[in-house]
This record gives sequence, structure tokens and C-alpha cells, in this order.
Amino acid sequence: MQLRRLWTPLFIAFIVTTIAYSEYVVRPHPHDNRIHIVYWEKWTGFEGDAIKQVVHYYNTHQNKIHVDLLTISGIENKTLLAVAGGDPPDLAGLYGPNVTQYADDKAVLPLTPFLKKYGINRSQYIPAFWDEGTVNNQQYALPTTPASTALFYNRAMFKAAGMDPDKPRDWHNGNYTIEEMDKDAEKLTKRAPNGQLQVAGFLPSEPGWWNWGWGYFFGGRLWDGKNRITANDPGNILAYRWIQHFTKQYGTTNLSSFKSGLGQFSSPQNGFMSGKVAMEIQGVWMYHYINMYAPQMCGKDPQFGVAPFPFPAARPDLKGSTFSDEDVITIPRGAKHPDAAFQFIRFLESPKGMDMLCGLQWKMSPLIKNEPGFYRNNKNPLAKFFAQQAMGKNTIPPPKMSIWPQYQNSLSNAYDEVSLLSKTPREALDEVQREMQPQLLQWRQQEALRAKAEANH
Amino acid sequence: MRNRRRTTLTALAFASPWFLGFCIFMVYPLVASIYFSFCDYSVLRPAIWIGAGNYVHLLHDNIFWTALINTAVYTVIALPVGLIVALGLAMLLNMKVKGMAFYRTLFFIPSLVPLVALAVLMQFIFNGQYGILNVILRDLFPFVHSQSFPPNWLGDPAFSKLVLVFISAWGAGNAMVIYLAGLQDVPVQLYEAADLDGAGFWAKTRNVTLPMISPVILFNLVMGIIGTLQVFTVPYVISPTGSPERSIYFYAMYLYDNAFIYHQMGYACAMGWILFVIIMILTLLSFRLSERHVHYGS
Repeated sequence: MQLRRLWTPLFIAFIVTTIAYSEYVVRPHPHDNRIHIVYWEKWTGFEGDAIKQVVHYYNTHQNKIHVDLLTISGIENKTLLAVAGGDPPDLAGLYGPNVTQYADDKAVLPLTPFLKKYGINRSQYIPAFWDEGTVNNQQYALPTTPASTALFYNRAMFKAAGMDPDKPRDWHNGNYTIEEMDKDAEKLTKRAPNGQLQVAGFLPSEPGWWNWGWGYFFGGRLWDGKNRITANDPGNILAYRWIQHFTKQYGTTNLSSFKSGLGQFSSPQNGFMSGKVAMEIQGVWMYHYINMYAPQMCGKDPQFGVAPFPFPAARPDLKGSTFSDEDVITIPRGAKHPDAAFQFIRFLESPKGMDMLCGLQWKMSPLIKNEPGFYRNNKNPLAKFFAQQAMGKNTIPPPKMSIWPQYQNSLSNAYDEVSLLSKTPREALDEVQREMQPQLLQWRQQEALRAKAEANH
Repeated sequence: MRNRRRTTLTALAFASPWFLGFCIFMVYPLVASIYFSFCDYSVLRPAIWIGAGNYVHLLHDNIFWTALINTAVYTVIALPVGLIVALGLAMLLNMKVKGMAFYRTLFFIPSLVPLVALAVLMQFIFNGQYGILNVILRDLFPFVHSQSFPPNWLGDPAFSKLVLVFISAWGAGNAMVIYLAGLQDVPVQLYEAADLDGAGFWAKTRNVTLPMISPVILFNLVMGIIGTLQVFTVPYVISPTGSPERSIYFYAMYLYDNAFIYHQMGYACAMGWILFVIIMILTLLSFRLSERHVHYGS
């Protein structure tokens, strides 16, 4: 009987102890007289290992601040909700294209005061990478790892088709036009006797991450930077016509089935690495993935080559067009230790920090001045080439507009319509224009409304 | 008297965690979302009252209409297909055959597959190049030399919705179990009487089975309306943008995009309330229309 009476208090005591202990375990120990800052980062795999090493180095080489690194998937949404909920991390590693939207929504703090204090400025960076973090003349984000793109081509397949294996690089001293590439693509394409596509020379939809931006390669623009969407700009129409010619060449179902058969990017079934696509646009990271999934393509006489993406014969001024993009680091609004957080950013953005992070991720650095031997020691022999690409005048950053996610979806729909031949390029892009122009104006109105409301506040 | 009061208080105390949770996590967000649907609200900045602005804007939003029409078309096909498949299976599994427990389990298992896993699995099956379906089709029809055969199911706007209907029928197990329970409740003597009157299978189904399980059908219909109009997980896993050509871009996906990708929470709230009204009307309508056809016991 007495034992029975003990059960309830014992049970309650058990629950309380469990909760208290688990709280104790998960809390970082604040007894080390350091400021603990929480850093959310999206990277996993070798990229995640790289930032872990950098954070470890930082934590062990000074005794004032301790960075608690946490890997977070879907980081842009979770940061948004954490800021809204009032409990954000001190640092958030967002994607470059998020910056404008998050800055407009005041979800991230302007870094400009810190930058002025510590003498960090644009002249130290490759301009394209600094500018992606700028919104309305304020800096909201700094680059962590940057990227630019170029044409990857399969040298072995060029050779097998009886062509110079480095034609995209050397032809006319590096002047390779889109028209020329299209001709080569046709030579590299293979079909089964029943017409089924087996190898594609080139596909604009592979890997499909920049379907929105082909217009820039033909001189198009997506907006005027102010109040006008220019989706149906002649350059964009030209680009969509070029996209459509691949469908016309291969057949709608044939092409779409072929595309569905290409494996995941990060797998040995990747279209380029498995030899199903002979040429494609890719970024600085590609070398690491080839090394990981198709090491036989690397080696002394590599089976692939890289060249600046071709340009239309009629537009030599567009030579060296390259998408420039980056991952960034930001301080979310409501962060508990913004000053300490910036101290870590300061280290990360120093040549030492950047070289460590970018080197470990096999990428180039966004900085102009690096530690001696950074590119010589970089495991990615292409890193320097991609850094030079990003320094050219024809860099294509993602448009800086809050409505970019909507715009991108609308463009991807137009891409579908054009490549499935259900609309002409002009019809599809006119539709995007009709869809997005009111959205842009609405965004402007919203901004005005919000600014007014906040002023009244 | 005192005892009764004590009992009431104890009961309330026990119910209070639920009640608190209900108020904080259901009532408050519901009421707040009505308010926010009349605001320009990005979650991150204070809400600004704009009256019916969001609702007016929705009327002129092409993507809203595309998503709504897609959802309507999907519902019109998936709902009856789901109901008929589930009912048909339940009737088959209601027969007196050896090993019935095994068959019942077998047909219920597919509905246990998590939706994300199901979506990924179906992408493999319906893959245009290497999908098992197309491999079989090519072997079955080696004489067809058209480049558009077999189709790339999920990459072709003409087929993508139908694939989703198929996937939804895959999960008919839940409704099937409910039908089965209903079927088992039909008194045997009614069938015996019908037998004596010389009724065949169809006559018995039409005059005994269907009327007797009509409340169950109504229940599954209403749950089906609510479920199909909110379809989200499977199409979102297959293509977050509803590609190809927004053919599988559904209402709940556009709502999600507005709320969490475009940071237009006020707009998303307005969409949520419109969907609520649509579901409410359809549910009431099905109750009203079914009044004369649904028999509640005897």
C-alpha cells in the first residue's frame, strides 16, 4: 500500500529529471566565459566538413567567442520562421538570390556599419560577388563560397566524332560561337535505329538550374532595374527560339523522355559524367563531382575540358557570359550577439578564412587578394579559370528583386511551354510579361506602403 | 454538491491541456488568419490593413485561376475514381473466400506507404526513359515506331494529372476499410430475402448494398472532397513548380508558395479562406443533394 503511494511522486520526479537533464545536455555550456553564437549553415557532405573545419579553427584560435555550427536543411524558410518567431540564429548561411527578398523584408541586418568600422569594402572583392549582397546601397550579406559557370565538354566524345578534342577552347583563339557549338552538338548526338535519343550533344535544360537566364547570352535582360519587366525583350525571344530548336530537332516526347532518364546531379548517373550529354553548362563545383563520381575522366589526359560559354556570332560583345552566384552569410534580425557574430564574419572574410573555406570546398575565392599559393594549392585546377570568368564584364547575377521567386517560376513555365512546343517563344514570353509586370508594380506599391506605415509608427 | 463541483473541476483540469492547446494552436491562428487575409503581411513586418485588396487581386491573378482549375479538374476525376476503386475493392474483399484476411491486408498495405516515398516511387515507375511501365509498353508494342510512344507520363501536360489520379487511387485503402466496415453491417437477412425474390448480383447491389451503406459513401465523399481539394504532398515532391506547364500546380501549392516562398502571408491567408468557403459549399451541397438517397439505419 505504501509503495503504491510512492509511485506518483516517483513518476513526477522521473519526468522532471529527464526534462532537466535533456535541457542540460542540449544547452551549450556557458561556463567558458565565451560568447556563444549560433551559426546555421545549409552545407552537408564535403562542403559541410569544410565549414566545420573553419569553425573549429576559429574556436580553437581565440578565446572570446565560440561558434556553435548547426546544419539546417531548407535554411531560407527556417531562417524566415525563426526571425518571425523572434529566436533566430546569430548567423545564417543563405543563398545569394535570397538576399534582396530578405533585406526588403528586414529579415537580415545591414552589415554596412560593421564593414565601415573594420575597413571591409568592395575593392577587396571580385565585384560580382560583393554586389550580390548589396540592396539599396546597403550591404546585407557577404559571400562565403562563390561560383561562376562555363561550358564543360567531353573531350573523348569530340575525339571519337573526329573533331579536335579542345575545339571549344582553341577554335579561333577561343572564339567559339553558339552556332558553331550547335553544329558540333548535332555531330555528337546519337540516336537508336528507332530514332530514340541516346546521347545528346548539348541540352540547354541540363542541368536546368539557369533555365531563367539564357536570354542574357543573347543580349536579353529580365528587367530594367526599376519599374519595367522586360521578359519579352528581343534577346530573350532569340534565346527561347534557340531553346525551342532543340525540341524541334529531337522531337518533343523523345527529348522529354531522354531528359527524364538522366540521373541526379550528384550521382554517377549524372548526364555529363555518364556520357549521355556531351556538353553542358556547369559551375566551379563540377570538378569535385567529376572527381568523386567519374574519376576516370580526370587524370593526366582528362576526358573533359572547360571553356567560356560560347556567344552568338552576331554578338561578339557577349563573349565570356557567365552566371555568377554565391552562398552568403548574414546576420538575421533579432540575433542576440550581432557584434560577436560579425567578429566571426570578419575572420571568415579574411584571406585566411576565405582560402580555408573555399579551398576545402574546391572553389575559387571571392576575394581579389588571397593567401600566397591559394590557386596553386587548390585541389581544383579549374578554380582560377572560374575566378577569371567572374571578373569579366558579362557576369549574369540573379536579378535583385523581391519578386524573383515568382518571376523565376513564371519563366520556368514559359520554358516548359516553349520546349514542349505548345507556344511560340513570343507568346510564352508575352505571357510572362503580362504576369510579372503587375507583380512588379504591386511590389513597388507594397514597398511604399510599408515604408509609410513604418514611418508613422 | 461539493463533490459534484470537485468532479467538474477535476474534469476541466484534465481537459485543460487540450483546451489550451486548442485555443493557442487552432482558434488563435484561425482568427488571426481572417484578419491577416485583409492585410499586406509578410510575416516579418507588421501587418498593414488593405481591406479586400488581397481578394480583389486574387480575381485578377492568372496563376490563382490556373491552380484552381487544375485542382477542380483533378478533384472531378480523382474523387469518383477513388470512391469507385475503394468501393469495388471493399465489395470484392467482402466475399466469403479462403484467406480473406490476407487479401484484405494486401490491398490495405499500399495506403501505408508515406506520401513522399510514394511520390518518388511513382516517378521511377512513370519515368519516360527507364520507367518499368514504359519498358513493358515498349515490349508489348514493338511495332509502334512513333517517337511519342510511349509517352513521358510526368513530363507531358496531357498525362501528368492522370498519373496523379492513379497515385491517389493507390491510397484508396483507407476508404476501402471504412466501406468494408459498412458492408459488414448490412444485415444478412436482407440478402436472404432478396435471394428468395430471385434477385441477382446487380439487383442486390443496387437495392440492398448501396442503400444500406449510403451513409458510409457520403462520409467517404465528404472526406474525399476535403482531401482532394487540398492535394499537396505528392505533386510538390514531383515538381514544386507544377511543371510541365503548371499542369500539376494545385491550389495548396500556390498557397504554400505565397506564404513561405514569396513572403505574401496575407495573400496566402485569403487563399486559405477561399478554399475553406469552397469546401464548405461543396460539403453542404453534398449533404443537401444526398438527403433523399442516404438511409440512416432503419
